[in-house]
Amino acid sequence: MQFPESWLRNLVNPALDTAQLSHVLTMAGLEVEAATPAAPPFNNVVVAEILSAAKHPDADRLRICQVDVGEASPITIVCGAPNAAAGLKVPCARPGAILPGFEIKIAKVRGIESFGMLCSTKELGLEGAADGLMELPDDAPVGEDFRSWLNLDDTLITLKLTPNRADCLSMQGIAREVGAITGAEVRLPQIRVIESRIQDTVPVQVMASEACPLYLGRVVRGINAQAITPRWMAERLERSGIRPLLAPIDITNYVLLELGQPIHAFALSRIQGEIEVRMARAGEHLQLLNGQTAELTPDMLVIADANGPVALAGIMGGQPSSVERFTVDVFLEAAFFAPAAIAGRARRLGLSTDSSHRFERGVDFGATRLAMERATELLVDICGGQVGPITEAVAALPQRPQITLRLARLKRVAGVELDTEQVVRDLTALGALVERDDDQLIVTPPSFRFDLVIEEDLIEEAVRLFGYDNIPAQPPAAPSRMLPQDETVLPDDILRQMLVGLDYQEVITYSFVDPAWETALDAHAQPMPLSNPIASQLSVMRTTLWGGLIEALRHNLNRQQERVRIFELGRVYASLAKQPLKIGGVVYGEVLPEQWGASARRVDFFDLKGDIERLFGHALDTRSGVHPALHPGQSAELWHDGKAIGWIGALHPRLVQAFDLSSAPMLFEIDAHVLAQRSVPRHTAVSRFPLVRRDLAFVLDVQTPAGELLATLREGAPAHVCSIDVFDDYRGKGMAENQKSLAIRVVMQDTQRTLTDQEVEDSVQKLVETARRQCNASLRA
Amino acid sequence: MRNPNEIVAEALNAIQACPDLPSLEQVKATYLGKNGQMTELLKSLGGMPADERKTAGARINEAKQAVEATLKDRRDTLLQVELDRQLADETLDVTLPGRGLARGGLHPVSRTLTRIQDLFRSIGFEVATGPEIETDFYNFTALNIPEDHPARAMHDTFYMQGGELLRTHTSPVQVRYMQTHQPPLRIIAPGRVYRCDSDVTHTPMFHQVEGLWVDETVSFADLKGVLADFMRNFFERDDLPVRFRPSFFPFTEPSAEMDIGCVMCGGEGCRVCSHTGWLEVLGCGMVHPNVFKHVEIDTERYVGFAFGLGVERLAMLRYGVDDLRLFFENDLRFLKKFTH
Repeated sequence: MQFPESWLRNLVNPALDTAQLSHVLTMAGLEVEAATPAAPPFNNVVVAEILSAAKHPDADRLRICQVDVGEASPITIVCGAPNAAAGLKVPCARPGAILPGFEIKIAKVRGIESFGMLCSTKELGLEGAADGLMELPDDAPVGEDFRSWLNLDDTLITLKLTPNRADCLSMQGIAREVGAITGAEVRLPQIRVIESRIQDTVPVQVMASEACPLYLGRVVRGINAQAITPRWMAERLERSGIRPLLAPIDITNYVLLELGQPIHAFALSRIQGEIEVRMARAGEHLQLLNGQTAELTPDMLVIADANGPVALAGIMGGQPSSVERFTVDVFLEAAFFAPAAIAGRARRLGLSTDSSHRFERGVDFGATRLAMERATELLVDICGGQVGPITEAVAALPQRPQITLRLARLKRVAGVELDTEQVVRDLTALGALVERDDDQLIVTPPSFRFDLVIEEDLIEEAVRLFGYDNIPAQPPAAPSRMLPQDETVLPDDILRQMLVGLDYQEVITYSFVDPAWETALDAHAQPMPLSNPIASQLSVMRTTLWGGLIEALRHNLNRQQERVRIFELGRVYASLAKQPLKIGGVVYGEVLPEQWGASARRVDFFDLKGDIERLFGHALDTRSGVHPALHPGQSAELWHDGKAIGWIGALHPRLVQAFDLSSAPMLFEIDAHVLAQRSVPRHTAVSRFPLVRRDLAFVLDVQTPAGELLATLREGAPAHVCSIDVFDDYRGKGMAENQKSLAIRVVMQDTQRTLTDQEVEDSVQKLVETARRQCNASLRA
Repeated sequence: MRNPNEIVAEALNAIQACPDLPSLEQVKATYLGKNGQMTELLKSLGGMPADERKTAGARINEAKQAVEATLKDRRDTLLQVELDRQLADETLDVTLPGRGLARGGLHPVSRTLTRIQDLFRSIGFEVATGPEIETDFYNFTALNIPEDHPARAMHDTFYMQGGELLRTHTSPVQVRYMQTHQPPLRIIAPGRVYRCDSDVTHTPMFHQVEGLWVDETVSFADLKGVLADFMRNFFERDDLPVRFRPSFFPFTEPSAEMDIGCVMCGGEGCRVCSHTGWLEVLGCGMVHPNVFKHVEIDTERYVGFAFGLGVERLAMLRYGVDDLRLFFENDLRFLKKFTH
């Protein structure tokens, strides 16, 4: 809501300057978003009249003007504006005047002395910024200070109003609020009731009385729609952001701003028969004032005549029945439309009007008649005309039931005791009726407050006017209880820090991605689509982190970052019920940053696998499997507790090409909850007896995974075998083509005694036998 | 018999002339070995008369000790020379950089989230989470935002084709948590939120932290206390000015917006604070009774406050980031500035 400060001060004038007033409004919840001067600073400019304009003898484009500036004799000004002509009234900057950006001095212009400058709007920094002299109306008072004549020492205040404060969508409402906050006296406009001279009416049938509990209509005949809107009104409209159009329309807009009541004026001649206020019928449509044709639906309230809808109630009038320059008779409408009947409809039609904005939030049904009288008064004053009686259709208006405000509750919520007398005064100043009943207040809210329904609403008002700043900020007292710390779950932050320690940089990518990435990574992916995406490349919910990670990789490769190790901890989305948290990453480029002490090598599968093992803190259950985005020979599915929990591997060569990468990045994505699972450590005795190590070289088929051999050996090992690990994988020279050699280290130790040679030998034999039987592996000769 | 003094003089010269340990051992053998000259001298004592033997023995022993002492000195010297040489040989250019991996870093938004969580945990707030794809009920209805309420228009909601929506704030977590937990409650809910808006100061995805405290005695004064404490600790400025302005959120009443004195200009007025000296940092208020009703919490017994703050905003202010969009470009050159 924008308005000129001068208008507000006309209604309530607290002893505060503009900055103080803005602060007070902001701190009372009516946030002043902007307070800008109506005009940039300039001085020494007066209203002047050009008495004569003669061509400059030495310059074709210049004129020598004799100008009346309200002094005994005219002054000479040389002017280059094409519209400088005798009889024109213009702003004139006198010598010494400071205009935006320059100063006016007496100067010779092509040999002729010029005593000032005739100004354009542009030179004064005013709206319009047109070239050529600013032409002033004939009644402009010559000699008067231009700023004060146009009331330019004014400020345009813009309030950012919250949706609950519909009552402040009018000057009257803001004035009342300022009065309540500052205690200053509020002088509301005095409205003169015009007596009706004619008996003409338009019959009104309200069929949807719940949506329209109050409808006032009035015929005014014989107006001059082309009458000039008075300057004070035009100025207030303009400074409130509404362009003056035509007097009757300006008047309805003015009443809307002044009292908050939207008024609609119909051209009476275009109304056929009776007015009906009813819900639209399926298939009806209406050409609106803005030229748009609205398809109406049965939940939209309309004003209709015998031929169908003529206005979209509370939102916008229809084009055919609108008031035009030659309109003589009008039908004025002032109604109360229920917020629920208006809310959302305008938005659905892509509209937002001053009227719908107010009706959606609640218009004062207690002042509808007053607004009708105000509009009538202004119309007759400005456009003339004969006034008919007000017809009224009234049904059940909203109730304003009494609300009990318990003073104890107020104190409990506020955390501080408020002075009861002050609370009573404040609520009364807001327009409520307040009765004191022992330790509670019985409050009847005013008709214009749609947001005062329950006790908390009153608490808010009491605290608001008391001042939030006056409530002490106190450190709360609460019983000291420790927060539970589940030792079996690593916090997200620790997971992140582990990866950071492994030289991974965290990234955050969008949860919605390009559907092309999704299908590229998995042709069968069925990501959830957004119905109103912000862009097509952000139109589906990701089912994997890899799309965004690869994009981040590409972004950095394009910026000469050649070694990229990034990860993200975030959700992927399958459905409302399934939005699991994943941890995923991309590794690309050299294993180590380029450095003097280590040779360069591209990162490979086992580098990544090592990182993931370090994350888990133990060996991984990796099984080969086929993932559509990964190289089938360099990828593995991760298992934990009998469940598949993620994938690691090299990006599929097909995708390396598709994503335009020069080599394959390594990828991982793991269920973050599983990764976070830990067990609480359990101590077992450390053996005091010597350990025995035996290295065994097995020859077996190249197709047999090392993991299978290890699992087999571990499963069949005696209790005193503490570890079995691979320490070499050899193939090639000396081996048959389809064979490889795996070197296995077996460590044995008993907690109770030293193992005998025989026991060690028996254990080795048992392991060798198991390997032979189950993995077809033999000891290398 | 040779004069022991002569032998000693000769031995001492030989010892001093030894360039290294092996030659020193050789010299030692020459004089003190089994057949060494000093040893021979001692052997010759046997053939002397008893009276001479005593004085001669003492002299020889003296001489022997002198040789041994010199030998030891020389050995120590040579060992030291050898050690010095070894140390010189093994000396590294320690100014060369260390070897191995570098270190990654947290995203500044994560870093900020962690900082926020740590501060709230320190006064007993637990961390709760909730889904990002939400239902209309949790995102709006249960938070006292009925359909067609003008507040919905302020939310610019992303909808799924299936009718679900992307949560526009972290407030739904409040509702979900209160459905499953009984007061007293003290939680914060960090996470991603989404609004259909993208320009210089808006990204369609960003992060919020929701906070909720429900107990029998919680007041607006407590709300102010907790949040002022938080902001001052977050920015590590005990004198940070804060103010609370009345505002409107359907799910709190009274509602407030919290401003802090501009941390960029110290309240003098700058571009960041639009020359007001103040920065709007969060919305908060006392939990609206309608929200409690949706989760069946007794509004007579319990009171609560809630707040929601924008993480990117705090990160920008804390670390001097001047463009919101940098957070989601994932440019390593930007992210690496937050690694230490």
